Amino acid sequence: MIVAERKPIEEIIGFVQNCKKILIVGCNECVTVCYAGGKKEVGILASALTMAFMKEGKELEIKEVTLERQCDPEYLEELRGFIDEYEAVISLACGAGVQFLAEKYLETPVFPGVNTLFMGVTEERGVWSERCQGCGQCILGQTAGICPISRCAKRLLNGPCGGSTKGKCEINPELDCAWQLIIERLKKLERLDDYETLIPIKDWSTERAGGPRKLVREDLQQ
Amino acid sequence: MNTKTPSRLEKILASGHLAVTSECGPPRGSDGEVITKKAEMIKDYVDAINITDNQTSVTRLCSLAACIRLKLMGLEPILQMVTRDRNRIALQSDILGAASFDIFNILCLSGDHQQFGDCPQGQNVFDIDSIQLIQTVRHMRDEGKFLGGDDIARPPRMFVGAAANPFADPFEIRVRRLAKKVAAGVEFIQTQCIYNLEKFELYMKQAQERGLHEKVSILAGVTPFKSAGMAKYMKNRVPGMDVPDEVVARMSGVPKEKQPEEGINICVESIQRLKEVEGVRGFHIMAIEWEEMVPEIVKRAGLYPRPKVE
Repeated sequence: MIVAERKPIEEIIGFVQNCKKILIVGCNECVTVCYAGGKKEVGILASALTMAFMKEGKELEIKEVTLERQCDPEYLEELRGFIDEYEAVISLACGAGVQFLAEKYLETPVFPGVNTLFMGVTEERGVWSERCQGCGQCILGQTAGICPISRCAKRLLNGPCGGSTKGKCEINPELDCAWQLIIERLKKLERLDDYETLIPIKDWSTERAGGPRKLVREDLQQ
Repeated sequence: MNTKTPSRLEKILASGHLAVTSECGPPRGSDGEVITKKAEMIKDYVDAINITDNQTSVTRLCSLAACIRLKLMGLEPILQMVTRDRNRIALQSDILGAASFDIFNILCLSGDHQQFGDCPQGQNVFDIDSIQLIQTVRHMRDEGKFLGGDDIARPPRMFVGAAANPFADPFEIRVRRLAKKVAAGVEFIQTQCIYNLEKFELYMKQAQERGLHEKVSILAGVTPFKSAGMAKYMKNRVPGMDVPDEVVARMSGVPKEKQPEEGINICVESIQRLKEVEGVRGFHIMAIEWEEMVPEIVKRAGLYPRPKVE
């Protein structure tokens, strides 16, 4: 999923401090699962903003809506009937959702309520970590199912570097060395010899380096 | 004598001598005299001089410019190049720039993460890794071509080196990693500072079993401790460094004013023992901000005078 965390309340207040009527839009997908932007967090943010405004003797009318997804036009259409009544929208979706909402409603200011962090997993309750950077050419088949691009601080394809200490990364003793994990897994798979295969220079043109990416599936287009 | 480049370091190794290299860190400013002064101190005691490339990610005068200064002094630089700060365009371009000044040695590194330096908020590049940089230089030199496939007019003639850390984890793949660098085409290795001699001997034994010591010239890295504090710092704070307790105890066991001398003693004794290790073809003496001690270390280790090669 896409993992996000709520922005500091002061920053969000700064976006809407001159408003009297705003819409807070949550998203029922990833940001709900990581407790950053689902229905519950929409309610919490609305209460926090109401209280902050009250303290300054101001009133703020807030409508709370949580869409199934903000990255799909059909769900964003649900805002069409009433969005014009509001001076601003705070979207608690990931960066994709915030932008798509803004794209669909050009005349209403849209502000992000979360910082979008990474594509990752729930390690345990309250702990999420990165697993994928969407490089566009998956190499997990060569690296024992552990991604050195997203999990090695230097994204080394033939690592580990000389800073790997006791299974941890040199930049943070809490962070597992991706290459240590790869090597342990290769051993369990009895494929440690595979480590010696040189992974060639990567084609990054399918990654961010190649510019904004787009996928078109003609078989699915009408 | 079968050599592939005009590198003096390659010639010395090919003729069977133990090679001696050392390194100079460029200044945090534009005074080029800092480099030439450091080089003057050590030039008669080493065969080639590494110039570090923004080591520990602290911004400094660039390695290439410092190497050119050494070249203009008639010395033999080893251009250190990290993949942290440059993509494949800039790497190839800097390699050609170095080659245009007839810099004949390169050390291919990935580089410390920028978090350790003065720009922890900066981006890193890591378009390619150190092993792929080895492949890149060999490709440019041997095929005479850019990575993109076009011909290079006057390809670089560089003796290609890399670092190896026998002490980082996991230990069991350290020799396998060396084998990967050899497969990528590396010709000389400078190791991380060796304090745990037994562990290094085990590493070399494993390298010998695979015949790697005959395919690549391994220069054993040594760094003298200036003080017991430095020994403790290296032990506890520097990632991938293996300083045994007894070495720290030996440094701590002498009075503060005698500690620099003890550090040099340990360094010289290490070199003497490492000379006996099969596959050790020379020494890389990293006297960090203590370059003036290199002559004494080289002399006391019986590595002076340096051989003359044509």
